Amino acid sequence: MTPLSHLKKLESESIYILREVAAAFENPVMMYSIGKDSAVMLQLALKAFAPGPLPFKLLHVDTTWKFKEMISFRDKTVKELDLKLIIHVNKEGLKKGIGPQSHGSKTHTDIMKTESLKQALNLYKFDAALGGARRDEEKSRSKERIFSFRSATHAWDSKNQRPELWSHFNTQLNTNESVRVFPLSNWTELDIWYYIRSNEIPIVPLYFAKVRPVVKQNNQLIMVDDARLRIKPTELVENKRVRFRTLGCYPLTAAIESSATTVDEIINELKSSQTSEREGRLIDHDQIGAMERKKQEGYF
Amino acid sequence: MAKLPTKNDSNQLEKSQLRFLTCGSVDDGKSTLIGRMLYDARAILDDQLLQSRKESDKYGTQGNNLDLALLVDGLQAEREQGITIDVAYRFFETKARKFIAVDTPGHEQYTRNMVTGASNVDTAIVLVDAKKGILKQTKRHSAIIQLLGIKTVILAINKMDSVGYSEKKFNQIRDEYAAFAKKLPELDFVPIPISALNGDGVTSLSKKISWYSGPTILEYLENINISDEIVFKPPRLPIQWVNRPYSNFRGFSGLLQSGLLSVGGSVTIFPSFQKSKILEIYEPGGKVIKTQAGNSITVTLETEVDISRGDMIATDSHPPYVADKLAAHIVWMDKTSLLPERTYDIRFATSESKAQIVSLDYKVDVNTLNKHATKTLGINEIGYCKVSLSKPVAFDSYRDNKFTGSFILIDKESKATVGAGMIDYPLRRASNIKWHSMEINKKSRSLNLKQQPLILWFTGMSGSGKSSIADQLEQVLLTRGHATYLLDGDNVRHGLNKDLGFTDQDRVENIRRVAEVGGLMVDAGLIVLACFISPFKAERSMARELFGDNEFIEVFVDAPLRVCEDRDPKGLYKKARSGQLKNFTGIDSIYEAPENPELHLKTENSTIDELVAVITAFLESRL
Repeated sequence: MTPLSHLKKLESESIYILREVAAAFENPVMMYSIGKDSAVMLQLALKAFAPGPLPFKLLHVDTTWKFKEMISFRDKTVKELDLKLIIHVNKEGLKKGIGPQSHGSKTHTDIMKTESLKQALNLYKFDAALGGARRDEEKSRSKERIFSFRSATHAWDSKNQRPELWSHFNTQLNTNESVRVFPLSNWTELDIWYYIRSNEIPIVPLYFAKVRPVVKQNNQLIMVDDARLRIKPTELVENKRVRFRTLGCYPLTAAIESSATTVDEIINELKSSQTSEREGRLIDHDQIGAMERKKQEGYF
Repeated sequence: MAKLPTKNDSNQLEKSQLRFLTCGSVDDGKSTLIGRMLYDARAILDDQLLQSRKESDKYGTQGNNLDLALLVDGLQAEREQGITIDVAYRFFETKARKFIAVDTPGHEQYTRNMVTGASNVDTAIVLVDAKKGILKQTKRHSAIIQLLGIKTVILAINKMDSVGYSEKKFNQIRDEYAAFAKKLPELDFVPIPISALNGDGVTSLSKKISWYSGPTILEYLENINISDEIVFKPPRLPIQWVNRPYSNFRGFSGLLQSGLLSVGGSVTIFPSFQKSKILEIYEPGGKVIKTQAGNSITVTLETEVDISRGDMIATDSHPPYVADKLAAHIVWMDKTSLLPERTYDIRFATSESKAQIVSLDYKVDVNTLNKHATKTLGINEIGYCKVSLSKPVAFDSYRDNKFTGSFILIDKESKATVGAGMIDYPLRRASNIKWHSMEINKKSRSLNLKQQPLILWFTGMSGSGKSSIADQLEQVLLTRGHATYLLDGDNVRHGLNKDLGFTDQDRVENIRRVAEVGGLMVDAGLIVLACFISPFKAERSMARELFGDNEFIEVFVDAPLRVCEDRDPKGLYKKARSGQLKNFTGIDSIYEAPENPELHLKTENSTIDELVAVITAFLESRL
């Protein structure tokens, strides 16, 4: 009898977590951010509850600045898999014209992502929200519990987390409190790709290299996804063979030059890579401890 | 048996995964060790390194060199204070294996976080500073590691550079630890000399420790057998979720915690003892004929049986225990101490129940491993307890199965995880009391008295007016022909509860007894007026649970502290303020105000008559 391979072990653990959430909470929801981690989490959820349908809805917090290809991929996935998706946009923020370029990455993320997420959680009274974050992504994430408790104001108290022992998750809450649950906590970026490969999971084409129009801003390659991108007269739009390691709001997500057009090629590229995937996420670098501060305020 | 990992990276999917913990005293260099392993395994990427260099300039303790600990300490407070507060999970791989390194805090006040880390790992590294030798924390952590069922630890004697890589010093610490470890018979250890700062003994050996010929830490971690004994144990499938998407499919989902299951195999469902056979098994990848421990599965059964979340599928030949009382080691994890007699929620593999600590046999001094008598357990203390459950539950002993032999305790009010338990063995109830069904019951008694029996529970601070209001109310009820009884704090403490003082645990027991007595009186058909400060929400809700719907009326007698203190009918506030009286509610002991009482009486600006009228108006609808 051979022990389970690490990927089977991770799959099994994640499915256990997903089933706990469905069984123990009254009104859970799964955050769907359209990226590769969401794709894996969705696949795991489909397996966890097969042959039945998903026992919860999906929630996409749309900042209105996502790549066009993300939105079309989202709509196609929802249709093909017959999923129930809630799309939430911070309408007040939209009315004020909040955007990543006009207001800066911090304000944009605070209002269109963090605030918007809180609005949606309050509006639908979700008591558990599943997210695809992983502990290897960022140092403060590496400290977070799988069932991460949030106060009535959605705050994360990093110094006072609930002990989490064996597989006995404490799923009890007082009124208005909630949890964020991370079934992919123990996966690494490479694990995600191995799983995508072995399960042939569809992902947004932006992950694969292709010639795309990009412009160099602050030493990062930003894709010209629509006419809203502000380009200085001194900046030059070039066609380059690029792909994305993570996906977010397009003006805040840097592309990397790459020729990887298959999952195998991506895996080979990652194995020799010397930078982390969040390198391309501009919002993480605002200041030292940026992610931890965002999380305390209610960011996923 | 587990195969040694192959040294071949060609097939990624076949790599095994090892989860290990690092622990030890403050400043023994745990974070530095993990930082070193990540750095040498090239798991630290350029941009992360750049960020840590930035932080190293700001918070680093290594001069101009990169402070490796900053690669690991993920919280702002940790970087500022230079300590590890919470468990961090770090990931790296070598050609042989994938690793999850669980870095746990050394500080005593974060021991609960260490226990959290230790509950889910295959092995542990205990760090010792070669200069300081075996410390209190080294012993505490070793005791916890053994208690949590880890069989072998690496004793990493660190900072060898600071003692001139002395073999004598190494042997001395090894021998000192061996002497201590004799008291932990189930724990085996492997001593390795290292310098996490310079890398010696971590990923490669150096000339400086040429006298040492054993494995490096990484070699050891790459080559130990990952325990697969769980596969050879009896099957245990705690049910998480009943999957019933349509009428002709009824699946039972859960993670197979031990053993093997195969199609056609006979199973028994616990605690109901129903029997059936396995019809189908679904793994995440699809239908299979048999499956092994570690897989999240869904099974269907040949016959229709009643199974819900919390039940356990196992076999008749090697059944789990089914009992409503058990003996266990408990690690206490909350600032509020364990209170015997208080009811907690208890959570096993998937089943839930209510639990009471009926006896606290002793606590363990983790430095000497001696046992001491105790009345309570404070945060980070380990005790041996007998626990009574509100219903029979299926479980194993912890030494047989970590996942079906453990539980957590949850506070009913704060919902915090307050304790972690490792089951020793099941107990039979001291007396198998069966309810004798009597001919005359509560209904016939209350019909005879022509009233709806209930209890009015007056709660509030001393001097708020509980007794005065209840006294007048009882007179009114009596003139209306009701049969009543007034239970008063002071009166009860002269008799029934004269053995109890005013510590938190005595207050809990005081209320428990009073609630039970009130319950008997309501059963006798009476209207009971109970006047007790009853400062804790948990005990008031425990009292409420003893009564039927609409039988328990919580009356919050509310007056500001300054008003109560002015009234001071018994001169108690004066004594408390002068320090003659300890644990006095409102002064040096807290009062938790009710959130949703049936009646909320504000007594500062009302007369007793007015307040009694409010209660009688409320009761008229009920009586």
